[in-house]
Order: sequence, then C-alpha cells, then structure tokens
Amino acid sequence: MLVLKSIEKRFGNGTLALADIDLTLNEGDFLVLLGPSGCGKSTLLRLIAGLELPSGGDIVWSAQKLAPGEIGYVFQEPTLMPWATALQNVALPLRLRRAPNADADAGKMLGKVGLSDFTHARPKTLSGGMRMRVSIARALVSRPKLLLMDEPFAALDEFTRHRLQDELLALTRTLGCTTVFVTHSLYEAAYLASRIVLMTPRPGRIATEFAGSHVQDRLDPAYTAQVQTLTRALRDLHVSE
Amino acid sequence: MRFFVRAGAAAPTLSFLAALCVWQAAVVLGHVPAYLVPSPTDIVRAFAADAPGLLRALLATLTVTFAALLCAVILGVAMACAMAASRWARAAIEPWAVILQVTPVVAIAPLIIVWIGDPFTAMVVCATVVAFFPVFSNTVAGLAATPPELLDFFRLNGANRAQEVFWLRLPAAIPYFLAGLRVSGGLALVGAVVAEFVTGAGGIASGLAFRILEAGYRLQIARMFAALALLSLAGLAINALLGLVSRKLLDRTA
Repeated sequence: MLVLKSIEKRFGNGTLALADIDLTLNEGDFLVLLGPSGCGKSTLLRLIAGLELPSGGDIVWSAQKLAPGEIGYVFQEPTLMPWATALQNVALPLRLRRAPNADADAGKMLGKVGLSDFTHARPKTLSGGMRMRVSIARALVSRPKLLLMDEPFAALDEFTRHRLQDELLALTRTLGCTTVFVTHSLYEAAYLASRIVLMTPRPGRIATEFAGSHVQDRLDPAYTAQVQTLTRALRDLHVSE
Repeated sequence: MRFFVRAGAAAPTLSFLAALCVWQAAVVLGHVPAYLVPSPTDIVRAFAADAPGLLRALLATLTVTFAALLCAVILGVAMACAMAASRWARAAIEPWAVILQVTPVVAIAPLIIVWIGDPFTAMVVCATVVAFFPVFSNTVAGLAATPPELLDFFRLNGANRAQEVFWLRLPAAIPYFLAGLRVSGGLALVGAVVAEFVTGAGGIASGLAFRILEAGYRLQIARMFAALALLSLAGLAINALLGLVSRKLLDRTA
C-alpha cells in the first residue's frame, strides 16, 4: 500500500524525533507500532496520515495517494464534538463530503459498535469506553482503506480494553481495512498484530520486526509465547541502549 | 450540604436586607437630612411618586442597552470570525480592536454625537464601543482554542475553510462567547448610561441617566437614588438573564 523510505523527522526546535525509518505497509496488514513513550510512534502515524511532512526521506504510495475520507484516524482521546449527538459525530465524515444517506450509514455503524440505543446521546452522557466506540465508528463510517489508531485504548480499564480489542479485530476483518495501531503495551501488540514493529527510544528507529502470531484468544499459548518474545526483545533493547 | 445550598441562596437576600436596615437606622437615628442621604423608605416614596416616569426612563435605557449589545455581538463575532479565517484580517483588525478597547468612551462620545446627529443612534454607537471588546476577545480566544485533534480530523476528511469555521470552530467557541456576552451585557448598560450623560438627551424618550442628572439639578436626591436603584436592579436582571441563557445554551452545546 505504501513504502516509507529513509524517513526522518526533525521538529522546529531541532529535536530529532525519527531517523532511518524504512517500512513497507501491505494491504490487509494489522501493523502495530510498539515502543516506549516519546519514541515518535505518534509522529510516524501523523506522517503517514499526511498531517505532517517528513524532514527527510519519501513516503511512496503504491497506487494513487488516498483521498480525504479514505484514511480513518482514531486519537488517544475520543475527541468527539460535545455539542453533537453520537449519531451526528459518526455521520461527520460523510456530511463533510455531502455523502447521501449519511445518518442512515452512521446509524448502522453505531449498531456495529453496539451503540444503537445511544444514537441521540451526547458524549458527556456516555462512558469512556462508549465514547471510544463512537470515535472508532466515526473513523470507520466512510469505509477507509487505511485505519490509523494512536493508542486508542490507553486510558481505558482492562475490561473495556479487552472488549474493544475484540470488537476492533472483528470490525477490521469484516471491513478489510489496513490498520496501523500505535501502542506501548506489548500485551496489546501481541494480541492484535499481524506484524509488530518495535521502535527504539528517541530518536525513534525501527529496532526489529516480528510477525504476528494470529492468536485466537487470550488463553491461547501462542499469545503467551508472543508476549514472552516481545518481553525478551524489550529487555535486549534496554541492554543495547 | 443542604445547609450550605440554602445559605447560598439566602445569604445575598439577608445581607441586602441587613444593609437596608442599617442604612435606615443610621439616617433616622443620625438625623441625616434627606437632601444629603435619603433613607430607603424616602427612596421608595420617591419611586412611588413617579413610578411611570422612572419606568419609562428605564425602558429607554434598556432599549439602548440591548440594541448596543446586539450590535456588539454581531460586530464582535463577525470580526472574530474574520480574524480566525485569515491572517491578513487578523493583522488588520487587531490594532483597531485594541484602540477601541483603550479609548475612553467619554472622550469620543461628543465626537460620535456630533458626527451621527440622531441621539438614539449615537447612544447605541457609544454603548456598542463599550460592550464590544469582551464578546470580541472571548470569541477570538474560543475560535483559537478548538481542539487540535478535531481540526486534524476535519483536515483528514477534506473539510473546506467554511465547514471548519461554521461546523467546528464556532460551536467550540460558544462557551467562551457566552462568558464574554455576560460581561458585555453589564458593560452595554454602563455604556448606555455614559452615552445618555454625554448626550444629555431629555424629553419623553430620555433614559435613567438623564433622570439622575435632572433630579440632581433639582436637589431631588431621593428620586436620584430611586433612579440609581433601578439601574442597579436592571444590571442584576441583565446579568441573571444572560446567566440563564448561558446555562441553557451550555447545557445543549458543551
């Protein structure tokens, strides 16, 4: 889908956030960017989204660059419009493009994330997990080819996080969208990923890459094995620092 | 907890009644002449003697106040939107807004009255100058405080500039705007009174400020206090009304 070639990102104050990033993203990937806080994972996600430009290197799209609406983005906080209902928030990407049946499609997507009874609820009346579901529905409503998620479940409790991880896997498989998921939780990475890219502390470089273990559930021995592999890689990363 | 809630509601009423009692007692027991400081009962009597006239004057002042507040809101929001939409507009408008803020209306009111001629329009312009800045500056701050993630989301979905301003920045600025509106409401009343003082417009359509001047010239101090009390009550009512509007709107939008 896209290739990142020798990407470097230096901020205005001279801080080098990312260096020597070479990465290929294939269609259908569920790629997890794993690394410590401040290693430039979110910056890399913003570069892929086109919200920021790299200071060096190239981002090469295999076909045409994705049009507005073909990239779905889920932020760390749900960042919904507080004055709008759940339905209006989800319908936003469609309304911005004046797409027909925006409300009907948004309603269906809210149903898919289990919120069909809350279409007219305001964000402040929803729980943290429900707000994140609305945010995910908003990112998926326009059937994006590429879904970018920036630590979306970091602020949620363990119960809600597990449930949302399962729902996300089911949704991305059904919709068939390529996903780049940023996290600093190796458990989350082990459970969700079809590929895991481990990044070094700042300036963020790609330390190593792992294939996902296609785990079926959290009691699957493959999941435990993947967590151990990642733990070992993390320890090696600290040793080599 | 319930004691504190009750205390919160009762405290202003009780303190106000206590102040009135102290005032009445001080004037009566101290034999203070009414032309110097009238007692609260003298003021009530003076109000009762010319209630229709004073209420007509209050209506005239409030008409100027709300006309000025409306103008301040339209101008303030329009200029804030222009500043949010374009850097050039921001650079062009900002100095004028500051000049308007720092120039005392008393200093420019005579000029405004001479230039405009019509007393009502002139008073509305003067009061607008006073009321404009809080609603303008708060709306500017609100438009600039839009959550960056939502701005990114709009950009990712190909929103145009108008969609960004009207669908995102303006609704996000409403809490800031409402805070400014409440301050501007009080200032519009102050501006209206100052403008009435400067224009000195008498006659049937004269406002409370003219009635205060008139009562002062005639040494009707109790009537002067009655007009002042009406102004204070009008200020409290405007503040309460705008507070209510703010709460209702914030409940729907925030």
